[in-house]
Amino acid sequence: MTIQFNNETFRDDYSFRNSDWAIKRFPFPFHEDSYMYSVNMEQHRGGPEGSVYEKRFDVDEHYLSEMRDRALVLADDPLRCQSLPHMTLAGWDTLELIMVSKSEDYPDLFELHRDGNRWRWVNKPMGIDQTFTFLDETTLPCGPLEYITRQTQGDFAVLDQRDEMLWMDAGMVTTQADWSLDFDIGMNFFEWHAPVPLAHEMGIFKRALKFLLNVQQGAPARRLNWTMTVNPLLDTSPENYHKWGIQKTTLTPENIGAKQHLRVELQTFFRLPRSNALLFPIRCYLIAFQDIVTVPKWGRRLHRVVRDLPEELATYKGFIANRPMMLDYLGQYDDGLPTSPGVWPDLGTEPPLQK
Amino acid sequence: MSKFQFPESIASRPVYGTLEPRPGKAHLMIADAEGAEAILDLAAQDAGLMAKTHIIYIPKGTDFAEALRALEPAQFYEGPSYAASVQRIRKVLGDAHMGLQVYLAGTEGLMGQAMNEAVSAGIPASAIQTEHRGSIARRMQCVHCKGITEDVTTDPFVCSHCGLNLFVRDHYSRRLAAFQGVCIDAEDPGNVPAPVELYK
Ligand code: HEM
Repeated sequence: MTIQFNNETFRDDYSFRNSDWAIKRFPFPFHEDSYMYSVNMEQHRGGPEGSVYEKRFDVDEHYLSEMRDRALVLADDPLRCQSLPHMTLAGWDTLELIMVSKSEDYPDLFELHRDGNRWRWVNKPMGIDQTFTFLDETTLPCGPLEYITRQTQGDFAVLDQRDEMLWMDAGMVTTQADWSLDFDIGMNFFEWHAPVPLAHEMGIFKRALKFLLNVQQGAPARRLNWTMTVNPLLDTSPENYHKWGIQKTTLTPENIGAKQHLRVELQTFFRLPRSNALLFPIRCYLIAFQDIVTVPKWGRRLHRVVRDLPEELATYKGFIANRPMMLDYLGQYDDGLPTSPGVWPDLGTEPPLQK
Repeated sequence: MSKFQFPESIASRPVYGTLEPRPGKAHLMIADAEGAEAILDLAAQDAGLMAKTHIIYIPKGTDFAEALRALEPAQFYEGPSYAASVQRIRKVLGDAHMGLQVYLAGTEGLMGQAMNEAVSAGIPASAIQTEHRGSIARRMQCVHCKGITEDVTTDPFVCSHCGLNLFVRDHYSRRLAAFQGVCIDAEDPGNVPAPVELYK
C-alpha cells in the first residue's frame, strides 16, 4: 500500500493524530490483563501483514513529521547524537543495515544502488538522492550513524560488545522516555539500567544480557516497553524536563481522553556484521486514550493494567499522580467482561462495550 | 577517623574499598583532603612503600600535607586544586611503565576524575584502588545545562551554572565522573523543599 504521510507536530500545537489505520495496527503491549517486568524477548522475523512487526524498520504515516521533529531537537542540542571514536565502523554497519532493509522492504519509497563501494541512496519521501563512498566519511554530510538515523524513525543505541558485556558507546536519541544519552554514553548494561526498580532484583537484566550477547547476525530479536506521556510529545528528555514536566499537570477529566497518550516502544536487536556491535532501535508509537478505547478489548484491558500496576512501576514511569484520573476515565470503558488472550484488537470477535 | 558507610544503592553508583599496599616497582597516590589519612594508614602497613611512591595531594583547606611529606615519598606534589593538578597527573600516568599501582583516596569527585585519567592512560582497572575519606560531597552534572557543580553537600541544590533547583540522583556517569542533578520543581514551579544535608 502507499502511505499517506501526515503533516503534523509533536510540540507546541500538537497536531499529531493517528489515522484509523494507525490505530488498528498500534503495537498494544499487554497480552493479558496485568503487567509486570519480564524477559519478554522474541525473534524479530516479521509479523502479520500490515502490522508494525512486518518489516525490519517500520515506516508509517508519521515518518516525515517525526524526521522534522528530530531535526529540531538536534538543532537545539547536538549532544543527542554521539558516537565514541571506536564506533564509526558500527555507524557504517547501521547505515548499511537500514539502507538495505528499507530498499528491500519498501522498494517504492527507497532505493539503494551499489557499485562496489560507490553507493547511491534514494529516499523519495524526504527528497534525498545521495551518492557516496561506503566507509568514507568525507563523502557524507555528517557521520554515517547520524546520516541514516536522521532518515529513520525511532531512537538508536549502538552497543559495543567486549568482555562479555554491552557498552552504550553511540546513539541517536531524540524520542526517549526520560533518559539521557549524553549522561549514559560509555555505561555498561547494568549501569544504564541502574534507575529501573525491581527488575535487577528479579534477575531480569542478567538473563536479558545473556540473551543479547548471543544475538546472531541475520537473526534479530524484539521486545516491547511502554510508559505514559501527556500530549504527543516525542522529546520527553531529561534535558528538557524542566520545560515539559509541567504539562503533566494539565490533565482534566474533560481533556484526558485527547491529551493522555500510551507510549509504546518497539525495541529490536540486530547484530552488526563488521563491528560485531549490537544495534538497538527504539521505535516510539503514541496513541491517545480516546483512540485506544475505540478497541473494546484494549479499553477493558488498559483499565485493569493501570489499576493493578505496582506502585513502584507507576512512580518510575512518572504517572503516579495522574493514575486516579486515568482510572476514572478508563473505568468507563471496562464492563468487567473477560478479554481474549494476546495483544491483537480482535474487533470481529470481542463484544462491544456493554454499558 | 571513622569512615562513612554509604548505604547500598543502584548499580551505576561507584563503591569504594580500603587501600592496601601492593607489590610493585612504582606507586602513584592521588588524594585530596582527608584522603591523606588513607595514605598515612598505607604507609604504616608497609615501611618500604614510600621510597617507590609519587604522591599528588590536594589539601582543600586541610593540614595533612606536612604529615604526608614526613613519609618521605620519592616524589611529593601539593596542588592548590584538582584542575591545577590534572596536567601533572596526565604526564605522570603517560610516563608510567607497566605495573604501576594507582591509589586514589578522598572525595568522590577526586577519585572519579583521577580514575578516568588512569583508565584512559591505559592503566588496568585491577591496578587501581580507591578509598573514600572525608566529605560526602558530590560532583554533580546538571542534566539540563550540562554544567558541573563541585562539592554539593545538600539535596536539593542550586546549579552553579543555570541556577535551576536540582535534586541529587544516585545515577552516576564514570565518563563525566559526576552524579545527575534534575530539576526538582518542574511539575510545581517554585515549590522547592528546603535543602537537607546528604545522608542526613
Ligand atoms: C541493549 C539494549 C538496551 C538498551 C540500550 C536499553 C536501554 C534502556 C534505558 C536507557 C532505560 C532507561 C533507564 C533509566 O531510567 O534511565 C531502560 C529501561 C528499561 N529496560 Fe532497557 N535497554 C536495553 C535492553 C533491554 C532488555 C533486553 C530488557 C529486557 C527485559 C530491558 C528492560 C528494561 C526495563 C524493564 C526498563 C524499565 C522501563 C520502564 O519501566 O518504563 N532493556 N532501558
